[in-house]
Amino acid sequence: MSKIDIETKAAASGENLGRRRRSNNFTKRDRAVIAGLVGGPTILHVVFVWLPAIATILLSFCQWDGIGGLHDIHWVGFKNYTQIFTLYSDFKIALRNNTLWLLWFGLIATPLGVVLAYYLDKNLKGTKFFQTAFYLPIVLSLAVTGIIWDYIFKVNGFLNIVLGYTNADTAPSWFGDPHKNIWVVLGIASWRHIGYMMLLYLAGMKSVDPSLREAASIDGAGEWYTFRKVIFPSLRPVNIIVVVVTVIEALRAFDLVYIINRGKNGLQVLAVAVYENILGESQRIGWGAALATILFVLCLGPIMIYLYQNFKKVD
Amino acid sequence: MVTGKKSKTGERIAIAILGFFSLAWVFPIFFTVYESFRPYNDTTKDGYVSLPKHFNFDNYWNALIQSGMWRYFINSVEVAVPAVLITLFLASMVAFVVSRYSFKFNIALLMIFTAGNLLPPQLIFIPIFRLYLHIWVPTIINENNVLYDTQLGLILIHVAIQIGFATFVLSNYLRTIPKEISESALVDGASVWAHYFRVILPLLRPALASLGVLMTTWIYNDFFWAVVLLKSGSKRPITAALSNLQGEFFTDFNLLAAGAVLALLPTLIVFFVLRRQFVAGLTIGSTKG
Repeated sequence: MSKIDIETKAAASGENLGRRRRSNNFTKRDRAVIAGLVGGPTILHVVFVWLPAIATILLSFCQWDGIGGLHDIHWVGFKNYTQIFTLYSDFKIALRNNTLWLLWFGLIATPLGVVLAYYLDKNLKGTKFFQTAFYLPIVLSLAVTGIIWDYIFKVNGFLNIVLGYTNADTAPSWFGDPHKNIWVVLGIASWRHIGYMMLLYLAGMKSVDPSLREAASIDGAGEWYTFRKVIFPSLRPVNIIVVVVTVIEALRAFDLVYIINRGKNGLQVLAVAVYENILGESQRIGWGAALATILFVLCLGPIMIYLYQNFKKVD
Repeated sequence: MVTGKKSKTGERIAIAILGFFSLAWVFPIFFTVYESFRPYNDTTKDGYVSLPKHFNFDNYWNALIQSGMWRYFINSVEVAVPAVLITLFLASMVAFVVSRYSFKFNIALLMIFTAGNLLPPQLIFIPIFRLYLHIWVPTIINENNVLYDTQLGLILIHVAIQIGFATFVLSNYLRTIPKEISESALVDGASVWAHYFRVILPLLRPALASLGVLMTTWIYNDFFWAVVLLKSGSKRPITAALSNLQGEFFTDFNLLAAGAVLALLPTLIVFFVLRRQFVAGLTIGSTKG
């Protein structure tokens, strides 16, 4: 038996503190391996995610037509931001649509997911089938989702035929009318979001300690009271995830509107505006970067809450 | 038992409402499937809501073979499989180190990965796009010799972003497994690498399976990055290639329906066969977090 083996055995049988000190006492080779294990992935993540993110924020204060090299980048301060707010007409519509998206998800779709989860948690007859139906849209891509719903909402689609609009010239255009289409799209987005929220809450409710409910029912608490005072508070970790997912999904919205009409004519959103300024006809990288930065600032709150909740207990 | 009776009626009403909505939920999918079996001429003449005159697989044949959709499926596999495998491999290494050794940088590192995963893709894509136009790659990968418009570039960005989520989930998972299991490996005098490869990786297997299923679905369903980083329609994975079937002036909507159904088939298989893993992957962060 080598000396190291004896030392390790002694340390392992010793106290916790001793163990930890032992396991951090590495050979040179081990150190190199650890550096590689952590370093490789970290460099990849930082170079392809964090550095570009920082670069975008910096670019949002610059002017660059993207044709010339990096030396063509000029610092312009807040000019991009003031121009976006004053000159870029799509921005206001995009901001309004993203806000609507957020409010709709937060005030309607997510609560509906909670209600669904509550009833599915009761193991009613047919609950397996209901769950399957509501889960189903979650696995579908938003691109496919947009195409599927087109058969319902197109001018000669299912809805108009059922409503009796057989003449394509007088039938309402659900996707084409800039006053209606955002609401239709929000409905379609909810089709997916409600199921997703239900899934998260259902998993959370299943993990609520059954004895808590029993105690509440023995105390004669009503259903609503039990839900409000017993079940909902124990869903705290789920609630945090839900806030993050809801805000981020609402702000990232891109696929659905892009597949429906390229995000134009009433369906402008911030993510499409960024895309348009980088890959569209007119390349205004400064504007695109400023729009992306605005998007980031809007996401910042939930990101911070999420980080705080996850890492405060680790400390 | 007055309350019992009352709740029985309540239950019946709840079941009726849930039944109605769950049928409404799946209806659009069935409607699309229905249209995908009908020829374009029939639906143009009779409308979408009508009994079928012809009902066959022609649209599927045309979508897969004539429009070359089979090629996009291969593209999807070529992107998703390496991206998921590399992500899981890299993330498990970081998760291993931060959950088994107590370094000062552990929490900072985990925060970088966790937050990085939550950043909006639009914040990242402008410099990535510019960068990809200038990164040189050999002619075998792209005859234009730049990373832009290559599947390699798409894989890279997926890995870089997904690593964040995977590291977070895997390190949470490892934290729930007692360290004693690792310590018996140390007693045997195992090196760090052996500790990772022979002790930790097998322990992680269930979490890797759930994450793998979830991330394969995400990457398969990705639309934004594929549209932004791949210029050539022929290189696009199936989800992004669906917009190729939407013509500029004319779209055969029945053909498009068949394309959409084909594109959602693999995710349906995930849903019905690997549902447990998929749901576990989605909820792993919320209940253990």
